[in-house]
Amino acid sequence: MSKKMHIKLKVNGKDEEFFAEPRELLIYTLRERLNITGPHIGCETSHCGACTVTINGKSVKSCTMFAAQADGAEVTTIEGIGGPDNLHPLQEAFKEHHGLQCGYCTPGMITRASNLLEENPNPTEEEIRFGMAGNICRCTGYQNIVKSIQAAATEMNAAKEAAE
Amino acid sequence: MKDDITRDERVENLKGMGCSRKRVEDARFTQGKGNYVDDIKLDGMLFGDFVRSPYAHARITNIDAAAALEVPGVIAVLTAADLEPLGLHWMPTLAGDKQMVLADGKVLFQGQEVAFVVAEDRYAAADGIEAVEVEYEELPVVVDPFAALQSDVVLREDLVAEDGSLPDGAHGPRKHHNHIFTWEAGDKEPTEQVIDTAEVVAEETMYYHRTHPCPLETCGSVASMDKVNGKLTLWGTFQAPHAIRTIVSLISGIEEHNIRVISPDIGGGFGNKVGAYPGYVCSVVASIVTGKPVKWIEDRMDNLMTTAFARDYHMTGKISATRDGKITGLHCHVTADHGGFDACADPTKFPAGFMNICTGSYDIPTAYLAVDGVYTNKAPGGVSYRCSFRVTEAVYFIERMIEVLAIKLNMDAAELRRINFIKKEQFPYTAALGWEYDSGDYHTAWDKALDTVDYKGLRAEQAQRVEDFKAGKTRKLMGIGLSFFTEIVGAGPVKNCDILGLGMFDSCEIRIHPTGSAIARLGTISQGQGHATTFAQILASEIGLPADSITIEEGDTDTAPYGLGTYGSRSTPVAGAATAMAGRKIRAKAQMIAAYLLEVHDNDVEFDVDRFVVKGAPERFKTMKEIAFASYNQAIPGVEPGLEAVSYYDPPNMTYPFGAYICVMDIDVDTGVPEIRRFYALDDCGTRINPMIIEGQVHGGLTEALAVALGQEIAYDDMGNCKTGTLMDFFLPTAWEVPNYETDYTVTPSPHHPIGAKGVGESPHVGGVPCFSNAVQDAFRAFGNTHTNMPHDHWRIWKTASDLGLHG
Repeated sequence: MSKKMHIKLKVNGKDEEFFAEPRELLIYTLRERLNITGPHIGCETSHCGACTVTINGKSVKSCTMFAAQADGAEVTTIEGIGGPDNLHPLQEAFKEHHGLQCGYCTPGMITRASNLLEENPNPTEEEIRFGMAGNICRCTGYQNIVKSIQAAATEMNAAKEAAE
Repeated sequence: MKDDITRDERVENLKGMGCSRKRVEDARFTQGKGNYVDDIKLDGMLFGDFVRSPYAHARITNIDAAAALEVPGVIAVLTAADLEPLGLHWMPTLAGDKQMVLADGKVLFQGQEVAFVVAEDRYAAADGIEAVEVEYEELPVVVDPFAALQSDVVLREDLVAEDGSLPDGAHGPRKHHNHIFTWEAGDKEPTEQVIDTAEVVAEETMYYHRTHPCPLETCGSVASMDKVNGKLTLWGTFQAPHAIRTIVSLISGIEEHNIRVISPDIGGGFGNKVGAYPGYVCSVVASIVTGKPVKWIEDRMDNLMTTAFARDYHMTGKISATRDGKITGLHCHVTADHGGFDACADPTKFPAGFMNICTGSYDIPTAYLAVDGVYTNKAPGGVSYRCSFRVTEAVYFIERMIEVLAIKLNMDAAELRRINFIKKEQFPYTAALGWEYDSGDYHTAWDKALDTVDYKGLRAEQAQRVEDFKAGKTRKLMGIGLSFFTEIVGAGPVKNCDILGLGMFDSCEIRIHPTGSAIARLGTISQGQGHATTFAQILASEIGLPADSITIEEGDTDTAPYGLGTYGSRSTPVAGAATAMAGRKIRAKAQMIAAYLLEVHDNDVEFDVDRFVVKGAPERFKTMKEIAFASYNQAIPGVEPGLEAVSYYDPPNMTYPFGAYICVMDIDVDTGVPEIRRFYALDDCGTRINPMIIEGQVHGGLTEALAVALGQEIAYDDMGNCKTGTLMDFFLPTAWEVPNYETDYTVTPSPHHPIGAKGVGESPHVGGVPCFSNAVQDAFRAFGNTHTNMPHDHWRIWKTASDLGLHG
């Protein structure tokens, strides 16, 4: 064990401050320290994407990042994307198009998809499949996940147009 | 009284069977509010994890935990010596064998559990594991099951008598100290005679490789022993929570009423979470020892290396036919690699599962099957990975044998299937290996599939491609994969299906609340199948209350009626039937109440969507909502208050879903990369409860089939090192590799199921694996290929092309 480090994060808009060992992984910080259990652990080797969060506007697999590396960062998890009173269009679209089954990959999947649509609001099917290839789903075969993301993109673009 | 809505609108409002009702589970899952076992937190909870063996076969001469106990945060270290006084150092397996919970003097596979370190958190547990000193003495390793049956090396000394003789195993006599059982079905001599005298015989040897269900959530448990009240609560990734409660009671001696088992949300199962694992037992013991709740969660490497492999069948087949293609006999022998302990998850009387469904969808008059189970230095398991017990192996076997026979006969494989299908009028059909198929219409399904994809056109295109390839115009070959499968699911009739003596019925209990909503509890447990959505639909149609007003609850043994859980596509065939039957009991009582309220005789009212109406006077009725309230506030002569029912359903037979799949694939012979151009899947699962969920199940099952056929395997080297312990080595397809699927259906209801449903979750995996494999093999048929083993990864496909001389 080594000396604990002083770490500050902004998670889902809330300031967090704590002391942690340098080896503490961000997923552990989120799930065990902050009780944010939306992001899940599936592989601990960056392959499955169940732990995906957004850090300073980029998708990151929180199972292979130390909390210390995220010091000072803004972190968004599924809990920060939308809740009962402000559902994100992706959350609605995944339900509407049966984009999930066991639900274990879903928080990471939606978190990644939200970032993908930030980067590219009008993705083709190929771009969605490529952009989501870091997130594994064992249940759906992806077909309805792709459909859900396409539907959410359409919905978000229509809302944007209406607002302009 | 008049309605302001039409009958059709009343039907629609129920959201009953047949509609694509959106899932009620999704709100929590999409908002990160699922409650999986690793999300459970209890005051003072400790974390346990294993010291695991680096060797595949070794004696353990010493375990020294002293240094580990000095590590900050480490509370206890358990070894077999600590469990022995409790009789918990070994546990019974589902297959009639026993298995070490913690290594008792030796280890039999790499990754085997040696000691359990309990600490304040995961990091401390990991530090503690590092500090446990284990001395091993390496033993010769046996990884090949054929070599195991010749080897002097004894893997299981505990199964050899002191005089060197071999006591019978759970399934009869054993031929060798590394032999587990021989299991036979059908008629040996008549089959051999038919084959020996046949006009045409095709033979093939094939290896269905070892793989793993690999759900995204690994296995885990949280045990909390309340010493004040003597109650044990055990949360875990259990596909069969009641069976786990009974097992825990039997091996721990804690009375069953003092054990509460809870399966919370489960992040996919696919068979991985049927078995009982050392981690579950150790979390319970650690909680008893420490007096605190103890959590155990596998990491991915633990999961792939130790809990629940699937398949690993070495199969040899002979199939005989007349010159014009009528099949006359089938012979199959399997050498089954079960690893170090026989922990296969099968009904007790079926040590090779339902492998004897291997005559498939064909009218084969004579057949024989023999399976030899063998111990090797590999992980135990042998679970049904997204299939009913060993049905994937059976269907792969027959769908390959058909292709091999077609080559021998120089016949089209689609036509060979057609002329051998069991005919519609032959159902119920008793197969040569004993099963009674309930219903089917194979010809209709096959014709629909072939027409939809323009099969003749595809074959013409393929022939042209071969010409172009030979002329040097292309380097891509085209494969057309065919598969027609019959599943056997819904285990099963108590007369021949049990697990550890527990009959494989299932159950449903319904309570109607006064204001016309309801809760129903079942003995099954969803792992993504959407039971809370679909079982409410069954009930809505049966009892006339809206599905949205019905809560479905599963997984808590203190509240749910006893059932055998969810695997082998048994939830809809068995618990779904129990749900319908319990619903009918509710309806029968509601009829009496309605008649009383309407002041007519019981037989003068009839059920109509959401109400009972007086026959011939539809304006006189009582809605189910009104009846529900009346059941609580009226004193009806001869009728008890309340509206509740329970059903324990013992199915009279299995159900036999079937389907026709066609895959079109382009294969680059220089890179070995297959590109799936088209995949058409027609499923007949009987009555369809929720088409949206059926399609989702088909997409998912096909993707798991693609994985197994095209790359996914658990592989070992000669030292018994598992070479595929991470997702870097173990293939899970991403969105990038997976095609879009076309789904289709026919409906042939099961005649013995109350709503005619057959189950669908596993069909696409069972039928999909041979379809993908046949597509790869078919691409090379014109160049002399008859069979190559899966998984068809890029290298193996390239090697096939190379071996056939296609690289110039």
